[in-house]
Amino acid sequence: MSMHYSKLRKPVIEGDKALGQITDDVARTLERPPTMLWWFAFTLSFSLLVIGVAAVSYQIKVGIGTWGLNKTVGWAFDITNFVFWVGIGHAGTLISAILFLFRQRWRTSINRSAEAMTVIAVICAGIFPLIHMGRPWLFFWIAPYPNFRGPLWVNFRSPLLWDFFAISTYFTISLVFWYIGLIPDLATLRDRAKSKIKKVIYRITSFGWNGSARTWHRYETVYVLLAAFATPLVLSVHSIVSMDFATSVIPGWHTTIFPPYFVAGAIFSGFAMVLTLMIIARKVLNYQEYITLDHIEKMCKVILTTGGIVGLAYATEMFMAWYSVNHYERFAFINRALGPFAWSYWIMVSCNVIIPQLLWFKKLRRSIAFVFVMSIVINIGMWFERFVIIVTSLHRDFLPSSWAMYKPTLIEIATLMGSFGLFFTAFLLFARFIPFIAIGEVKGVLSYGRNKNRKPAIIQNSETELEAVEA
Amino acid sequence: MDAQLFLGVFSNEDDILNATRATNAAGYKIHDVYTPYAVHGLENAMGLKPSRLTWACLAFAATGLMLAVFVQFWIGSIDWPLNVGGKPFNSLPAYLPVIFELTVLIGGLGVVFSMFVKTKLYPGKTEWVPYPGVTNDRFVIALEQRDASFDSGAVQRLWQQFNMLEAKRLAEVTL
Repeated sequence: MSMHYSKLRKPVIEGDKALGQITDDVARTLERPPTMLWWFAFTLSFSLLVIGVAAVSYQIKVGIGTWGLNKTVGWAFDITNFVFWVGIGHAGTLISAILFLFRQRWRTSINRSAEAMTVIAVICAGIFPLIHMGRPWLFFWIAPYPNFRGPLWVNFRSPLLWDFFAISTYFTISLVFWYIGLIPDLATLRDRAKSKIKKVIYRITSFGWNGSARTWHRYETVYVLLAAFATPLVLSVHSIVSMDFATSVIPGWHTTIFPPYFVAGAIFSGFAMVLTLMIIARKVLNYQEYITLDHIEKMCKVILTTGGIVGLAYATEMFMAWYSVNHYERFAFINRALGPFAWSYWIMVSCNVIIPQLLWFKKLRRSIAFVFVMSIVINIGMWFERFVIIVTSLHRDFLPSSWAMYKPTLIEIATLMGSFGLFFTAFLLFARFIPFIAIGEVKGVLSYGRNKNRKPAIIQNSETELEAVEA
Repeated sequence: MDAQLFLGVFSNEDDILNATRATNAAGYKIHDVYTPYAVHGLENAMGLKPSRLTWACLAFAATGLMLAVFVQFWIGSIDWPLNVGGKPFNSLPAYLPVIFELTVLIGGLGVVFSMFVKTKLYPGKTEWVPYPGVTNDRFVIALEQRDASFDSGAVQRLWQQFNMLEAKRLAEVTL
């Protein structure tokens, strides 16, 4: 029976677990053979990935003329997917870095998987600008290195170059942050591994970790520093992505609210994806006591907040289009809402602003089936947001004679499907081979709000989180 | 150098914290404490000084910042001045995003690298685990026992107040 020690703090992890039990719970999913359900999901995702690989190979061979782009609409599906995937990644860093700095203890049971999601989503995102280059084998030309072409340098005033720096830095730091968090868990797995091969693999990957408090002390210092770096980094990444648009003179793109608007949207969509994944994972991997209803409810609140910011941004854009008395700006927004792509605009508004308002109801926030459906609705809405911003701003430009429509080709759709294939394949492999829950971090919050065989009399000026509220 | 380690094994966070604090206060030289997770307050209980890795981080971050400033100004204004929209060649605002990214990248990677150097961790290192279960659910204090004046009985009596599970001597450990 779990006894609440504090009236103010509710335990983060349900079930009265012992430390060793957490190790067992998490390690057991890695030690048993994969279930039929896992094989089914893996086969499905891997097939999508194969379709994607085929589509990408074809368009690299033939060229991006295989896309539905034309002279007027020069960016469409590909860049939509890029922005969509980068946005997904943001939730992972918010959970791992920002919530860490704000001492949100509940983050510990979801941060490992959310960070893995970030790393995978950024890989998915990176593929799109790469193939958009047309000649992706020359992608390294974007890096400023001394070369025999002049040396001809890159243009440091171009947001597209900033984007290259932002995405690659974000990917590197996220990967390192994730791996650093993984080392103590890999050591735990090493010390309980039975087979020789596993022992060797975990020995190589766990860096000889032995739980020394002197090492933990430095480790925690570095963890805080990385969190402090990752926090402005995650805000900078989507701000810079938004500058790809905002620094241009296209009506509908040329807006100063883009950076905060994009960042809020990114967190909004990222949390929706985290919810989609967690709701499945907690059930399939049997982690209901770790990823609790409270976790789901808290994430819903983050979605409600960021969704509110996104809604405000939509309204602000509309207002500014009217208030600026800029003819082209006004037209761009009237065209968005009432033009030939109005359907995509209204999908965006309903999925991102109207339907999520249901999350104000506590009952719905705590209904797993509802939240799952909601998370998918938001994912769809946020994909359409990027489509609306990109395509509707471009397809009717300043000169009516060059107005055009855009329709994705099968190749483009197959590429999008392929990116989902890559995302889920990689995530399923992660869930299979890497501890899904940060064992070490969850153990650290186990005593939170809970009284366990302790004698409060001895704990004087203790640093632990316990407060003797109970008389 | 070779020394003997005297280990006390505990089963939870509060016991190890209190035992460490008492051991340190009694003047014993704590070699190290081994815990399955980062126990907050343990560094104070052991009397560890704040890590200087923050300074390493600052140095790396400053290097990244200066590198980005230098590279961009040198390329943009000296080596190959490029007229972009009639803007000045040395326009700092346009350089800020890359300056920020390189500061974070080099500061972050540098401090992680410094940590691995300082804690002597590297891929494939054969682990030295003082007591089985220390990466699972056991908390261990290790004292250095260098001469005959070390009274293991007194230490055990001290630790027993904090629900010690077991005391153990590890002979001839190369520290």
